[in-house]
Amino acid sequence: MSAIAATEPFLERAPQLLRDAATGFLPEPWRWLVNSLIAIGVILAVFGTLFAFLTLAERKILGRVQNRPGPNRTPLPFIKIKFFGLAQPFADGVKSLTKEDIVPRDADQVLHFLAPVVLLAFSIITFAVIPFGRHLVPVELDAGVLYFFAAGAATELAVFMAGWASHNKYSLLAAMRALAQLISYELPLLLAWVPVVLVAGSLSTTEIVTAQAGWKFGFLPHWYVFTPWGFAGFVIFIVAALAESNRSPFDLPEAESELIAGHLTEYSGFKYALFFMAEYFGMIALSGMAITLFLGGWRAPLPFLEWIPSYAWFGAKLIVLLLGFIWIRATFPRLRMDQLTRFAWKFLVPLALINLGNAAFWSLTSHWTGALQLIRWAVSLVLIVGPFVLMGRKLSAGVAPRVYRYAPS
Amino acid sequence: MLGSGLLQGLGVTAKNFVGSFHDPARLTTTEYPEVKTKLPEAYRNFPFLVSENATDPMGTLRCVACQICEKECPPQCIFIEKSKDKKPDATGKLQLFPAVFDIDVSVCMSCQICVEVCPFDAIKMDQDFEIATTDRFTGLMLDKHALAKPNSYFHEIHPTDAAEVDGRLAAERKAAEEKAKAAAAAKAALAAAPKPAPAALAATAKPPAAPSAEAPKTPPAA
Repeated sequence: MSAIAATEPFLERAPQLLRDAATGFLPEPWRWLVNSLIAIGVILAVFGTLFAFLTLAERKILGRVQNRPGPNRTPLPFIKIKFFGLAQPFADGVKSLTKEDIVPRDADQVLHFLAPVVLLAFSIITFAVIPFGRHLVPVELDAGVLYFFAAGAATELAVFMAGWASHNKYSLLAAMRALAQLISYELPLLLAWVPVVLVAGSLSTTEIVTAQAGWKFGFLPHWYVFTPWGFAGFVIFIVAALAESNRSPFDLPEAESELIAGHLTEYSGFKYALFFMAEYFGMIALSGMAITLFLGGWRAPLPFLEWIPSYAWFGAKLIVLLLGFIWIRATFPRLRMDQLTRFAWKFLVPLALINLGNAAFWSLTSHWTGALQLIRWAVSLVLIVGPFVLMGRKLSAGVAPRVYRYAPS
Repeated sequence: MLGSGLLQGLGVTAKNFVGSFHDPARLTTTEYPEVKTKLPEAYRNFPFLVSENATDPMGTLRCVACQICEKECPPQCIFIEKSKDKKPDATGKLQLFPAVFDIDVSVCMSCQICVEVCPFDAIKMDQDFEIATTDRFTGLMLDKHALAKPNSYFHEIHPTDAAEVDGRLAAERKAAEEKAKAAAAAKAALAAAPKPAPAALAATAKPPAAPSAEAPKTPPAA
């Protein structure tokens, strides 16, 4: 944890003050241990609650998009007030806890049990390096970004474990799909954030947020998303993140219409809830990383809004991104397997590589000023929009717009 | 350009999302137990017995226990026991009435044949679908107290049908009354004929005499 200046606003220091009030009397090694445990507890509590209400928000928003009200009937316990169905997550939790946990006879008992545990563990440890606020970084690693994506990639291993251990053809097919999807989309995901590391000059998440400080013209923040290469990188990152977290339109591993429930077919009760939880934790972690890399981390979007504490800004950005994920899920139909891999290998990977060159150009021309600045922007824009349009044309040639032919009547 | 279709799609979902909050034409859900949809008039599920009067449903059942519906019912879900005595119906005529009238709605197939064969318009199709019970044997066996519903309720659920039935019944009653009147007049005329009274005098004297002549025949109208 970085040293905290006493001149900072009270709300900014409040979490640390609270923690120090609780653990300040402990001797040094014990204090470190208890502080870490508190950090873990807070992360689990905050993101567990966020997960609970995110499922509700998702169901309600999907409902509204489909012109129906969504879940709104679960009353608050004991007082019987239906408050927009806000108690729904708790009802779901009780339900999944009380359901029978069925393990198939032919399943690999150990792996079948281990898969949800491993998946959830890998999803949660990715939270360790995300800077949630100015002083709220659970673990400061020099190679934090690397750690994050290494841990994130390991979740697919757990998905394969689940598919293999279930001894079910649908589960196995889903697990193989999940691996294919991982290999396809891990590359654009990694190539999308390499430019950020290139420009920021560091793999540490704290350093990357620090590099995005300051304002252009006094109001435009120096976030990487407001540069041509940064915007392209952000879009590629979000697309790849959708695929990595198995979200619609890339939810092939659990395509209900084809594979029953994919790798979740043989899971019931609380193990199923753990998978569900891990999926949302993965989504939240990837959104948090997108915020850190491209959206200025916990920084305020405008100078006069800096009095609002940093963790509130992080939370606000996180919720906006998550609502965006839900919006995307509500809109797009699922891709076919060949479309999925083709989109990754023929479009996202080349575009991400070009974007890397674009960022290199941006980094090399950082000393340009005045009119040269305009040239820098123009060149950078052309470098990314040109390939996007040309490759998009190539990719959709013969595919769109679709011509409908009907039998002569 | 690649992606323009995606943005259009996002626009459509956003429009639906926002629209569902302020446009009632979009959000068509009616939240059932609190709000109920008006059922279409032609909707039918199980039969009920029509009674003329809501305050005395057992006394004013149209059913005369003729047992035609019981015999016609394809799944045989109707059970009727005739009464031993007679009591006056709505028109004042003495009729039998059902001492027992049970319908097992767990057997009923909602075919409406009982309604079609009933010559008295005494049995009609109901629209009450909230009849779930925890006991399938006695809970779904409806006796005549559960089945009897007033004519006003029939008007409520099948207005067109009910108006037609009421019109027909009224016309029939009027015709019956006129027939009775004519018969009484003929009887009176027959009684008056042997008297060698002048025809003109008899014609003027007959109208006031006719009601008094038929009065003892008809029971006092309630």
